Amino acid sequence: MFLQIVSSGIAIGCIYALIALGFVLIYKASEVVNFAQGDLMMIGAFLVYSAVTHFHVPFIPAFLIAVIIMAVLGKGIDRLLLRPLVGEQAFALIMATIGLGILIRSIGGMIWGYDTFSFQAGITDRPVRMGSVALSSVHIWIIAVTLLLIVGLYYFFNRTKTGVSMEAASQNQLAAYLMGIGVKKVFSNIWAISAMVATVAGVLLTPLQFLNYNMGFVGLKAFPAAVLGGFGSIPGAIVGGIIIGVSESIAGVYLPEGFKEIFAWIILIGVLMIRPEGIFGIQERKRV
Amino acid sequence: MRFEKRMHYLEDVQLFRYRSDMAWYILLLLLLLAAPAAMGTYWVSLLIQIGIYIIVALGLNLLSGYTGQVSLGHAAFFAVGAYTSAILTGKYSIPFLLALPASGVAGAAAGLVVGLPALRLKGLYLAIATMGFGFIVEEIIVQWESVTNSVNGLMVTRPVIGPISFQSDKSYYYLVLAVVLIMVLAIKNILRTPTGRAFIAIRDSEIAAESMGVSLTVYKTAAFAISAFYAGVAGSLFAHFMFFIGPENFTIMESISFLVMILVGGLGSVHGAVFGAVFITFLPEAISLSRGYLPAVIGEQAGLQSAVYGLVLLLFIRFEPLGLYGRWLKVKFYFENFPFYKKDTFRRVRKFHRTVKQ
Repeated sequence: MFLQIVSSGIAIGCIYALIALGFVLIYKASEVVNFAQGDLMMIGAFLVYSAVTHFHVPFIPAFLIAVIIMAVLGKGIDRLLLRPLVGEQAFALIMATIGLGILIRSIGGMIWGYDTFSFQAGITDRPVRMGSVALSSVHIWIIAVTLLLIVGLYYFFNRTKTGVSMEAASQNQLAAYLMGIGVKKVFSNIWAISAMVATVAGVLLTPLQFLNYNMGFVGLKAFPAAVLGGFGSIPGAIVGGIIIGVSESIAGVYLPEGFKEIFAWIILIGVLMIRPEGIFGIQERKRV
Repeated sequence: MRFEKRMHYLEDVQLFRYRSDMAWYILLLLLLLAAPAAMGTYWVSLLIQIGIYIIVALGLNLLSGYTGQVSLGHAAFFAVGAYTSAILTGKYSIPFLLALPASGVAGAAAGLVVGLPALRLKGLYLAIATMGFGFIVEEIIVQWESVTNSVNGLMVTRPVIGPISFQSDKSYYYLVLAVVLIMVLAIKNILRTPTGRAFIAIRDSEIAAESMGVSLTVYKTAAFAISAFYAGVAGSLFAHFMFFIGPENFTIMESISFLVMILVGGLGSVHGAVFGAVFITFLPEAISLSRGYLPAVIGEQAGLQSAVYGLVLLLFIRFEPLGLYGRWLKVKFYFENFPFYKKDTFRRVRKFHRTVKQ
């Protein structure tokens, strides 16, 4: 029983981790916090759903098409909205992405309606026996895909030239620029990657939750995950997501009603009071 | 062109810059006093709504616009005020005149609870922590059934002060107007005291302010408490205006719309709070009026309102970050200095260097 709670917690935690990863990538590169990440996730999931149900495309090509569309969308958002705002105050940037989220959500509602859809994303749910515990195959899928994606991203950021240039730009924009890295291109690529990760998160979330234009609000739960992990750290986001997911599902079973929804936020406020820069965060200082 | 001659330092902090300003404000006040007589009930109810939002926006502007602390959880303080007033007047039959300041104080107490741990947080982390606080308060309202009646909400009556009953919208309008006036004058006065200057100093540079002897602990907490006091008072007026409050009135979207108000109106100005409140109240009206003129495909969309809302927010951030008040200042500046207007006068300073990580 306990193991099942933990495994479902890890599964939902992986989703949080993937959304948090989207925040972290963009934040690391450009110090913009993308409050619209959850809504991008919604669009990604709906694109796959539409391709499969309305256009009868097989699941894998549908997924690939959606990922490509989302990458273009991500680049478009960077070019049209965020690039003119480079150097603005944090408050303006936060409000800009909040406005973007509202806009995306209402456009999603206009396109796909306000009903709730059920979509299995090509995964059939059946219990998988591992020794004495029975785990849901959906959960195993989610965990496996997340692991694969993290390994892929790790390889990309540490071993490929593009990845290393992105890492460089996120560490020091000016130095990277002087070394001949196109910082604009890096930002645009980061947005593309982040939107792609959002699509994966959306597709993985659909078997657990229904498809609805409002599903982006799940994305807000990824904020505690990202903050726990220190907002600038990729492994931090993963660990933070899993901590939030597991503790939330434990709280849902063992604590009174109502705690499940806000447990993530309680942990968040607790952690911020003890370590304002998050568990994996680095203390940031500003020059006067 | 207008020439300015200042003879005294005190002239920098006086309430009205010019005598003519005072005349304009008195005229505005007279118009507002006469307004209900010339308007239908529906418009009066819109004016009441504007008044309530002005109070919230004033408080939030003090916190976010003047002190530079972003709060994504202001609906929580608004809720604390609304429920305090609803419970005090409903369950304990305490007169409204006591319940109104009491809800402000309850809001301020909640502000202290958030403000103290928020001392160590900055920018983004503060925004997320206050957002979390908003969610927690919303859930407490849903779960604490014995006090808040959960999702069924509470019924609230219009206040009666002594012999005067504020049952009708038109009479309630005058009550709201009086409170708004007191709150505007109060914030104007806070801003010209050393306290107000300390808030601005904290916004501009925390480290510089601290080295000038401004205690960050005291002033940041004070900003939270004052701001939450305003939200609490507004919440009380809101509860008595709506007759009914439930948890759905105090969601994250409400907090966001408060922020949109001060952003669209103009960050860090009292006028901005007023413009923002007017704007946010009339936007849905304008959209529903224009539905008839738009092509059916767009006009009949249910999500039109929130789409326009998001779009307006984006356009303001992109093209007029100073908000409506900023635009007003620019126009005024153009005429006051007629041939000498330069586009760069209002150019914002952008920072291209990033936070230094050590």
